[in-house]
Amino acid sequence: MLNIHLYMAQRLSALIMAPLTIGHIAVMIYAVQGGLTVDEILSRTQGSLSWFLFYGSFVLAVAVHAAIGVRVISFEWVGVKGRALNGLTWLVFAGLLWLGARAVYAVTFAGAGV
Amino acid sequence: MIRPHRTHPLWFAFLLHRLSGLGLALFLPVHFFMLSMAVSQPDQLGRLLRFTDLPLVKVAEFGLVFLLALHLFGGLRLMALEILPWNSRQKTLAGLAVAGAFFVATCFFLKAI
Repeated sequence: MLNIHLYMAQRLSALIMAPLTIGHIAVMIYAVQGGLTVDEILSRTQGSLSWFLFYGSFVLAVAVHAAIGVRVISFEWVGVKGRALNGLTWLVFAGLLWLGARAVYAVTFAGAGV
Repeated sequence: MIRPHRTHPLWFAFLLHRLSGLGLALFLPVHFFMLSMAVSQPDQLGRLLRFTDLPLVKVAEFGLVFLLALHLFGGLRLMALEILPWNSRQKTLAGLAVAGAFFVATCFFLKAI
């Protein structure tokens, strides 16, 4: 169900995300003060290559990590196996990557004319 | 009857890690979808963000940050156990993971209200 490649991908994506998650939590605690607005979010992120790389790598890592996590839970708790399990893993990965990439693009470069 | 290993504190650490991960995986598509409206549908996103000003939603956000911090610290504990050459103090680390997650989520909550 988990071969060495998937196991390593799970651990490597976790190692990549650990500092990114700490950064994300710090930004949330800072940004939530006084409430959130669209303008406030965009003023921080729009046109920023740094935020694009930060959240872009976060999205890629979380798509890998969550897909493998859902794979393990589906196998152990629901009994999904074989092709269905592989299909589900790829679906979660592709879905999160697609939605996440759209979100990152929207808050960084979509309104910046890129 | 509860099986013996399911009364062990580290089994709860495993369960919390798994359930927090599952919760985050379910939340992420919604989170991403909302953010993707920032430029195409800013008014709608603005309305959703104003919705987050409600006290009950603040409490739900506290829960989400708690899940994130719990999964982060639980994951760090897991990798420390797998990678570093130690095997004692596991219960202490598991307890610290929950305490740390609660602290982080409380910081968020206090700033949010």
